[in-house]
Amino acid sequence: MRATSLKPFVRSFHLAAWLGWQIESNWADPFLFAIYSIIKPVSAAAILVVMYSVITHGNFAAPIFSYIYLGNAFYIFVGQVMTGISWAVIDDREHYKTMKYLYIAPVHFPTYLLGRGVARFIIAAFSVLITILFGVLFLKVQIDLTEVNWLLFFVSLMIGVIMLAMMGLILAGVLMLLVHHEFGIGDAIAGALYLFSGAVFPLEVLPTSLRWIGFVNPITYWLELLRRSLVGQVAQAFPTLSTLSNMQILIILITLSITFTIISGYCFRWCENLARERGLIDVVTNY
Amino acid sequence: MHFAIETQNLCRIYKIRGGKKTEPKELLALEDVNLQIRHGELFGLLGPNGAGKTTLIKILTTLLAPTSGSAIVAGFDVVKNPEKVRPRINMVSGGESSGYGLLTVRENLWMFSQFYGIPSNIANQRIKQLLDIVGLSDRINSKSSDLSTGLRQKMNVVRGFLTDPDVLFLDEPTLGLDVGASREIRHFIRKWIDDDQTRTLLLTTHYMVEADELCDRVAIINQGRVLACDTPATLKHRLQGEAIYRMEVSPLNGTNLQDFESIAGVHKVTHRAQDGFSILELILAQDDVISSVVNTMTAGNIHILNLQKREPTLEDVFVDLVGKSIEEMESDADIEST
Repeated sequence: MRATSLKPFVRSFHLAAWLGWQIESNWADPFLFAIYSIIKPVSAAAILVVMYSVITHGNFAAPIFSYIYLGNAFYIFVGQVMTGISWAVIDDREHYKTMKYLYIAPVHFPTYLLGRGVARFIIAAFSVLITILFGVLFLKVQIDLTEVNWLLFFVSLMIGVIMLAMMGLILAGVLMLLVHHEFGIGDAIAGALYLFSGAVFPLEVLPTSLRWIGFVNPITYWLELLRRSLVGQVAQAFPTLSTLSNMQILIILITLSITFTIISGYCFRWCENLARERGLIDVVTNY
Repeated sequence: MHFAIETQNLCRIYKIRGGKKTEPKELLALEDVNLQIRHGELFGLLGPNGAGKTTLIKILTTLLAPTSGSAIVAGFDVVKNPEKVRPRINMVSGGESSGYGLLTVRENLWMFSQFYGIPSNIANQRIKQLLDIVGLSDRINSKSSDLSTGLRQKMNVVRGFLTDPDVLFLDEPTLGLDVGASREIRHFIRKWIDDDQTRTLLLTTHYMVEADELCDRVAIINQGRVLACDTPATLKHRLQGEAIYRMEVSPLNGTNLQDFESIAGVHKVTHRAQDGFSILELILAQDDVISSVVNTMTAGNIHILNLQKREPTLEDVFVDLVGKSIEEMESDADIEST
């Protein structure tokens, strides 16, 4: 029964994904869970729509609306994936008090945490789909299914989700070092990056001294590719990356994602070792 | 000879941070701990709260890095090869209600067995057997959030044994359990070791009876240092030449314990106040010293309600080594913390 080769990785991921789904889906009965999963994203989108409507006097037919709406919709992945992975540290350590038993088991811990994020990813995917459907059906978001570049869409979606998972792993490492629980750290960081990702406004709006954050933020390129693949004809509505081709943006996204993967591997290992040295792996603050 | 667990000069210092402007304080949790635990041994670590027992278990289970020294568990260094140690060990901590409340007892246990790569059919079989043993089989499909703290702890104990580890660490496994449940768990622990001589178990406890009844060898630990390590019988034999008395007396009205300790031939005295009377435990050089103790009591107008000579226990060994009983030390610590 000894652990060998890839088995611990596969096992860690598979079981963590199962556990994550049990936790995420079992807190309410299925009907309530389904209603919540629909109402939450639609409500979040409605806030943006109302603000847009007030500013533009209800000009939903403008190409920029689709661009903003889609950027906002896909941004749901950012908070959910990053939080899903990092929150597992707090949840297991403080709430379920199982962290030490998982940590001393033959589990590949980073893989376990990535697995715990799967449930949130599935829920986020459902939310994104609902939000886009709502936009297309009721708000004139212009997506022509025959014009969609599906290959580009799925390739960039996959790369982006991996990139977000790696960012979540960095956050998980940091959370291992925080003695006191931080409820909303995932959402807080996602919220901060929202301003620097071109999700709802171009980076040119930012002060020059802060603009560089948006340009080194891989989410900026990821959102751009997703929007171009779905509504390529209105890409010019956003000036930020208009001089770059799809391929150039994809290369930048891949490069930044690889960079983040390397950084997250080192960062997580460093944080884990430090947490072990400081005795924080199983610390319980009884919040 | 290879040992199941071996530590060499193991030290652990915690840095406790104060405010931003104050330097962190250092707390010595373990100091030069040298232990050699054989395969097939049920080894006990006996000491009061804060003695360093849990710190030692955390290091041996790869949860915590030592400050210096080394530790080998199941043949591998816990710092250099933690990933090789982990498949071979498991741990149970008492006095806590861990587990995923949304999962049933069976699901919780099954999930942990799968992390260890145990085939599902074997895991399910073991789960049933172990739940039967701890008397929890009727709750197999209950959500663990519906269990009482004691029942959750039983589930936790099952989780530890489920993976049939080479080395099992039990940190105060009966803490918070009722007398009957504690007895069942102790019986099971002993049987588990006796059934297979390749298994090794390290148990920490501050219950003297538990250590005396269960352990092949015991290390007495206090303030991070191992004070003595031997079989319970050998440890108690240290006091064979001395006379041990237990006295129930009227409340000590102003009579200071030092009055007794200053009597020639009195080695150690511990005192516990009860409702309406006091209990004194005395370790004397020889039997005839008791007459001087009785005289001092008479002079102090203390009435003797009960006087009993008894065989030495591990508690007496602890008192002999440390100067206080575990109960006294923990009550002192409680007073300091309030």
